[in-house]
Amino acid sequence: MLEKHAVFEKNSILLTIGILVVVAIGGIIEIAPTFYLESTIERVEGVRPHTPLELAGRNVYIREGCYVCHSQMVRSLRDEVERYGHYSLAAESMYDHPFQWGSKRTGPDLARVGGKYSDEWHRQHMIDPRSLVPESIMPGYPFLATTPVRKFDIKAHLSANRSVGVPYTDAMVDNALADLESQVDEWSDGYDDFVARYPDARVRDFDGNPDMISELDALIAYLQVLGTMVDFSEYNPEENLR
Amino acid sequence: MSFTEQPSYAARAVDYLFVGFLFVAALGSLYWASQAVDAVLGFHAIVFAIAFYLALFVVGKQLVTGKGYRRPQSDELVYNDEIVKAGTIASTFWAIVGLLVGLIIALQLAFPVLNFDVAWLSFGRLRPVHTSGVIFAFGGNVLLATSFYVVQRTSKARLAGHYAPWFVFWGFQLFLVVAASGYVLGVTQSKEYAEPEWYADLWLTVVWVVYLLVFLGTLWKRKEPHIYVANWFFLSFIVTVAMLHIVNNLTMPVSLMGGKSYILFAGVQDALTQWWYAHNAVGFFLTAGFLGIMYYFVPKRAERPVYSYRLSIVHFWSLIFIYIWAGPHHLHYTALPDWAQTLGMTFSVMLWMPSWGGMINGLMTLSGAWDKLRTDPVIRMMVVSVAFYGMSTFEGPVMSIKAVNSLSHYTDWTVGHTHSGALGWVGYISFGALYCLVPWLWKRKTLYSLQLVNAHFWISTIGIVLYITSMWVSGMMQGLMWRAYDSLGFLEYSFVETVEAMHPFYIIRALGGALYLVGTIIMAYNLWQTAQGNVRQKEAATLLGNTAPAAA
Repeated sequence: MLEKHAVFEKNSILLTIGILVVVAIGGIIEIAPTFYLESTIERVEGVRPHTPLELAGRNVYIREGCYVCHSQMVRSLRDEVERYGHYSLAAESMYDHPFQWGSKRTGPDLARVGGKYSDEWHRQHMIDPRSLVPESIMPGYPFLATTPVRKFDIKAHLSANRSVGVPYTDAMVDNALADLESQVDEWSDGYDDFVARYPDARVRDFDGNPDMISELDALIAYLQVLGTMVDFSEYNPEENLR
Repeated sequence: MSFTEQPSYAARAVDYLFVGFLFVAALGSLYWASQAVDAVLGFHAIVFAIAFYLALFVVGKQLVTGKGYRRPQSDELVYNDEIVKAGTIASTFWAIVGLLVGLIIALQLAFPVLNFDVAWLSFGRLRPVHTSGVIFAFGGNVLLATSFYVVQRTSKARLAGHYAPWFVFWGFQLFLVVAASGYVLGVTQSKEYAEPEWYADLWLTVVWVVYLLVFLGTLWKRKEPHIYVANWFFLSFIVTVAMLHIVNNLTMPVSLMGGKSYILFAGVQDALTQWWYAHNAVGFFLTAGFLGIMYYFVPKRAERPVYSYRLSIVHFWSLIFIYIWAGPHHLHYTALPDWAQTLGMTFSVMLWMPSWGGMINGLMTLSGAWDKLRTDPVIRMMVVSVAFYGMSTFEGPVMSIKAVNSLSHYTDWTVGHTHSGALGWVGYISFGALYCLVPWLWKRKTLYSLQLVNAHFWISTIGIVLYITSMWVSGMMQGLMWRAYDSLGFLEYSFVETVEAMHPFYIIRALGGALYLVGTIIMAYNLWQTAQGNVRQKEAATLLGNTAPAAA
């Protein structure tokens, strides 16, 4: 038996092919089914693509490496459900390119942070975390409040998302810039159209500074929507056994 | 040895094609820079352009003037050791950079004021500089240097290609510079250990394919009928990392003139793909590749044959087959389907056996040479490395069990586990290889000082012990505090109370990391003196000569 192994030892191409076959098997059997088994992602109401402002905020979240210390994945364990809320569903991150589940909780989980704190709390916490939580070890991000959000190519960002499968409509892509600006101003001309496209989105001046749409506006808009899209009073996990 | 300045026409044609590529790439990079919509992409395009113009200048000058344009006579075996020398220097340099950034971010966790509220100094941006710095920059350069050394020696053939190995070396350094500067400037895909954006990923793919061709090309020229076991591991590392890198980084750029892209997969599938990638970055970059190092340098230094050929075969194939399945243990109790979690856990537990197969084969190679542990601190370092490999490949399967993972996941226990593997196994086997390579390559009889190797060993071992024990305590404590209930059935601790409780352990961890860095700096000094041809006078009488002639 072992003498047969000389075949691989004497032929580098056979050895290479052998390695490729052996290392491909696990991935194919383990990963591929999650793309076609319907039970992988629950059927739920309410999960929608991010608004342009939320998407811009999510990009700030990624850029600053927030995922390094904060998970967005409440595990199905009693203490986590009591601390953070309902365990996370796969459906809740089905439009997240890439996922932000994280791997470490140096800070708390953020999967359901939306609506837990006020905008003003977030504003102050981002600028100086220890002014609100003295024991916190989070870095301060005061520059977010003074940096205008990147919006000139927001339309291209939505269409890139659409090309990888996020169901943005033509109207959402075409009006991305107007929608981004409308979300911080209830009195804007685009308000009605924006709310029609994103019915449950929160519209307000998130960072309290009407002079500029800042990165802080975008980041708070993103944090405030996290974990709020699914109405768990109407969610029945049994329905998803299929 | 003799050289010819008249290489074959085929070799010349390849060289001129390479110059053509550099020319087009340099011009293309300049155009790219002029069209960039992001400041960072513009900066990176200019970095690419500078690199291509420098290469064009060096290679073009050789081709035009004929000066330095020479290669060995085809009938004579002259190893390409210059590339290995470059790799050892780069490894030492990046080790210090990666560990220093690690120390900085460890201190930031203990003393958050050290983030200075400045974007490019904050933990979130520096952490990937540390992880990529130690894994890809330090570890990657060690693997380049050792694989190029070992494949030549065990094949009795000069490294394939003339400029190709240098393209791999400098192309990889270019990737590292683009990746690290990108992190600091806020360019990231947010996929752990795969943070570089699409353009850096594409460049790395090109470099990696050439790396594979150089490696295979050398095997094709071999004078030995059998491919030596170390090369199986190096080959599996190169091939599998290519597969992982390409699949995990499939992405849609917002614009070819901008740095940002959106990953092809989403949510649960993306999570599974990412941890399939990341766990096998551990399995193939940090394990298979470094096992290749073990299989050459431990027998060489101990002057004993590998313990068991049969075990090598069995553990090689079972290791690479089983490792690939282990990814889902990073996603226990998440929204990943249960069947995938259970499958990942099962294979992770099974992985214990082939891992220990490698450990046993490494340790038992010392049979009949155990006395060298007392006299040779370099072999001691490598043996302790293999022992750490055994320890962390036992701890890993334990942590992959769902019940244990529910406690350990998201905590510092994972960080401690990673570092027992990284500092103990990867770090020590690399240091051992560097201590062997530098005297061999620079043709010195001995190292500059064995006492300094000894000091390096003990200082860094104390560092590792402080690091992993503090992370064990803080991780388990945090996990237990998160799930503690009081007598009335309420959660006992708020989250921030657990943060506060970790403070002393973060200080101990930073101290451990500092000791490890000090040890590495001692090594850099020792290697520098060795390359200079110096011998520490106090020890001159007792220094061990090289155990293996460099040309063997």
